[in-house]
Amino acid sequence: MDSPRKGARGARAGAVPYLFLAPAMVLFALFVAVPIGYTIYLSLRRVRFSGLGLGRGSRTEIFVGLENYKAALQDPEFWAGWVRVLGYSILVLTLMLGLALVFALLLDSVKIRFGRFSRIAIFLPYAVPGVVATLLWGFLYLPSLSPIHETLGLLGVRGIDLLAPGTVVYSMANVAIWGGVGFNMLVLYTQLRAIPREYYESARLDGAGELAIALRVKVPMIAPAIVLTTIFSIIATIQVFTEPVTLRPITNALSSTWSPLMRVYRDAFVTGDLYSAAATSIIIALISLGPSLGFLRIVRRRAFGEGQQ
Amino acid sequence: MKKGGLAPTALLLLGALYCLLPVGWVLVAATKSRAELFTSAAFAPGTGLMGNLSDLSAYRDGIFWRWMLNTALYAGLGAALSTGVSVVAGYALAKFAFRGRGLMFNILIGGILVPSVVLAIPQYLLLSKVGLANTYWAVLLPSILNPYSIYLARIYAAAAIPDALLEAGRIDGAGETHLLRVVALPLMGPGMVTIFLFQFVAIWNNFLLPFIMLADDGKFPLTVGLYTLLVTGANQPALYNLVITGAMLSIIPLIALFLTMQRYWRTDLGDGSVKS
Repeated sequence: MDSPRKGARGARAGAVPYLFLAPAMVLFALFVAVPIGYTIYLSLRRVRFSGLGLGRGSRTEIFVGLENYKAALQDPEFWAGWVRVLGYSILVLTLMLGLALVFALLLDSVKIRFGRFSRIAIFLPYAVPGVVATLLWGFLYLPSLSPIHETLGLLGVRGIDLLAPGTVVYSMANVAIWGGVGFNMLVLYTQLRAIPREYYESARLDGAGELAIALRVKVPMIAPAIVLTTIFSIIATIQVFTEPVTLRPITNALSSTWSPLMRVYRDAFVTGDLYSAAATSIIIALISLGPSLGFLRIVRRRAFGEGQQ
Repeated sequence: MKKGGLAPTALLLLGALYCLLPVGWVLVAATKSRAELFTSAAFAPGTGLMGNLSDLSAYRDGIFWRWMLNTALYAGLGAALSTGVSVVAGYALAKFAFRGRGLMFNILIGGILVPSVVLAIPQYLLLSKVGLANTYWAVLLPSILNPYSIYLARIYAAAAIPDALLEAGRIDGAGETHLLRVVALPLMGPGMVTIFLFQFVAIWNNFLLPFIMLADDGKFPLTVGLYTLLVTGANQPALYNLVITGAMLSIIPLIALFLTMQRYWRTDLGDGSVKS
């Protein structure tokens, strides 16, 4: 497309591209690089109190190596948080992406009515902030307000508490699925529309039905987009924060350390232990680095032909 | 071919119903008075819309409208600055060959790797040190850089701007900033709208950053404001009406934006040609 070896443009451009990139690089340095460095620095330190803990001199910050990391990793509640988030993530990823793929394939199929209406309706939750989505569903989960309970009541099912310790994870997953299915559907649908129609013709001449074409031709062709949306979604679900925090006021089933990220927030702003918060956030970053690096490789290979020899 | 047409349509409509249900519910629930909210059927319209609106406007001297204005400011200004920075950077990455191009692109895109919380807390601490925590800047400044926008801008620039046009301009002796303004930016127009919209929604919907940065509720955006309203109102069903009406009003601007700008909501990750 635009290989660096292609011409003399580079030599003549001189400082211009650097000037154009300067604002982005300065922002990156100030709001990404420096904060990361500062977090690593904090994660290796801790406050020690001497004497009675009174007065200025009694409070000193010292270097403690990996002690904060050890403490976080040895805390069973920290791992319990990861297990909860893992269960939640599996639920959200399979249902949200599965539905997104099914909807995208249906929209792309030959015989469909109200396609435009359905596409817009399913994408609509993207315009609803996570806090508001959680709030709306939260109200719908309350027995005194909810049409869900009204409907269940008509069917003879009563007394299901959608905000109990055993059910709240499903209720929360529902909010995330509701909010995310449309965006992922649109990404996959856009890719499907980009496939030249001729690809299907030969399959059709061979007598393949719509379902066979969808599974054997369409899905393999949009595989890169499916991988991309999966990785994006993994990064997002690992960082789940808004939904549990917003649901907490109306349920007792969520602790202040339900997800690892909520723990970071509590450590930093409730108990004021910045050092533990820093260590925990570095651990979260390292754990989400795996899928993220995969994402980066795919992006570069697909869009710019880099990394391909 | 005819058979099988009904089931896919039905399935899609079911999906549409699921997605519209909470939005439809809040539109109806916002019309209910306090008494009606707990007694009438869920989808039966009430008579309290005007009462709810005036209650909400009166709540703490109309702080809700202040949250709305704050949100518009954060999202509008933040997305505009973000689009500017991204488009200029993307243009440089797509249309110039220079030492360090691959490295700079990787560094900027690498920002996606960093979970927002890893950044938000140290950003708060650092901004506190320079006295900017709990100001509008604390929410605006960290919202400008978006790796995904730079990535999109690079794709759009590569696809929309012919090299020959730039070469011709250079032969005519046009300066680089002139070429950027007169040739590159107009050609990238539709792509810029898309980048702006995605960033606008991202900032409008953001909760974590303002939640961490701001202490003064006069500077809150809607998300944090509604959250505090919910925390206050959780034990007082009298406040439920305010929360529901606030939630309803908070999604109207975005839904309007979304329906009117249909053709710019594009997610082409591969080709980047913006058909308009």
